[in-house]
Amino acid sequence: MRKFKGKAFELFCLTATLIALFLLALLLYDAWDKGASWLSFKFLNSFPSRFPEQAGIKSALWGSIWLMLLTALISIPLGVGAAIYLEEYAGRTKLTRIIEINISNLAGVPSIVYGILGLALFVRGLALGRSLIAGALTMALLILPIIIISSQEAIRAVPSSIREASYALGSTKWQTVKHHVLPAALPGILTGNILALSRAMGEAAPLIMIGALTFIAFTPSSPFDPFTALPIQIFNWASRPKAEFQELAAAGILVLLALLLAVNAVAILIRNKYQRYIKW
Amino acid sequence: MTAAIKTLNLNAWYGKTHALKKINMTIEENKITAIIGPSGCGKSTFIRCLNRMNDLIDSFRTEGEILMHGMDINREDPVMLRKKVGMVFQKPNPFPKSIYENVAYGPRIHGTLDKELNTVVESSLKKAALWDEVKDRLNENAFELSGGQQQRLCIARALAVEPEVILFDEPCSALDPISTSKIEDLMAALKEKYTLVIVTHNMQQAARVSDYTAFFLMGEMIEFGETNQIFKKPKMKSTEDYIVGRFG
Repeated sequence: MRKFKGKAFELFCLTATLIALFLLALLLYDAWDKGASWLSFKFLNSFPSRFPEQAGIKSALWGSIWLMLLTALISIPLGVGAAIYLEEYAGRTKLTRIIEINISNLAGVPSIVYGILGLALFVRGLALGRSLIAGALTMALLILPIIIISSQEAIRAVPSSIREASYALGSTKWQTVKHHVLPAALPGILTGNILALSRAMGEAAPLIMIGALTFIAFTPSSPFDPFTALPIQIFNWASRPKAEFQELAAAGILVLLALLLAVNAVAILIRNKYQRYIKW
Repeated sequence: MTAAIKTLNLNAWYGKTHALKKINMTIEENKITAIIGPSGCGKSTFIRCLNRMNDLIDSFRTEGEILMHGMDINREDPVMLRKKVGMVFQKPNPFPKSIYENVAYGPRIHGTLDKELNTVVESSLKKAALWDEVKDRLNENAFELSGGQQQRLCIARALAVEPEVILFDEPCSALDPISTSKIEDLMAALKEKYTLVIVTHNMQQAARVSDYTAFFLMGEMIEFGETNQIFKKPKMKSTEDYIVGRFG
């Protein structure tokens, strides 16, 4: 009977895994089936158009790349800095605990809420308009909690014996952090940051909220230009009735997925490269 | 004989736990002072007071004085203090860098010029009796070394910043007997130039290497004297009980 229960549980878990994999495969197949024939260099290098044969994702692709770079520039220094402060400088007081709990909660706030905040604060409040920089600031807010938490975990995984060794030689706190803690935590921090950025890359809701859902037929040339991004272009096409646009949306999904997979692969490569050098 | 370190009515607390109670102790220069006692008796806390390593713990606080050259170390900059009072830990903890970088790190942060580093690294590794084993592989990662070699590397690393006192916190508890005896020989050689304090669980080790022994129990220093006297004719009943193995 006990053996049977164990077997049944194993079977249940296996089924759960298979269902998840099956659905994913189905999704991929569907996108591939509809979109693959539309994939071409012309598709990547054309602006959106109301004629499906001429439509492409040039503005969305460049918008997404710009958005990612700006978001990274804003969120990584802030997030990693906050994580270092919380782990290395702030004592274990009640206040830091409250701050940490709140950061964890922020990580669970729906992205549309960040969109509303971005609209009020950046688009209207700071009068940045519907620009790339407003979008990047909103995205940075969205992924900041994830960056802080994953960086904190990476820093915490550095054994305290290394810190002690450094202090015992007469290092200052800054020297200890700069020479020992950060280098050891870097692979973990990078992995976490890249995964957080890839989440931002796939988000549509906050961008729709701040009004990036517009017809854009040029690539941005400064952070203050209006922009569109891949998820928004996909959303735009998918919401049109014409069958060709549905297929274009699928092709856009394929490009977005390829980008995301590439970014995640970079994260894995970084982790594997550095893990070989550091073992405690 | 001169005192390297003197503690006057040293009390210490972790939060509400009274970890050290009125410790008055004189650590002689160029001698090895061993601190023995059962787990939780405060011996590690005591030596971590001597280089203010406990400062890293938020709830920790002390009262009383620790004098070094007549100055209270608690009024000094802990960074400068730790240059004078080095430490070797229980588990070998080399940096995940090359053997060379492990030794060069300390002198470098204290301002030794790059061109002088080679000499410092070589002489420190020689003092730690490790030079012959590693001279051809200075650029290898320190984790490639055996546990005993890693611990001697940690000693070399501590020596490289030219401390006056070196604290050993159970330096051999993670090592095999052969590595242990190498470290003990090394300590005996080092006391010519340095003052050593060693915390140990191993009473034979205390008897073998030290000149003075202190016995700690529940945060108090029960007895302190020449090692011979402590092990042959202890004055206190609990010291004797601990040494012959009735508890601990």
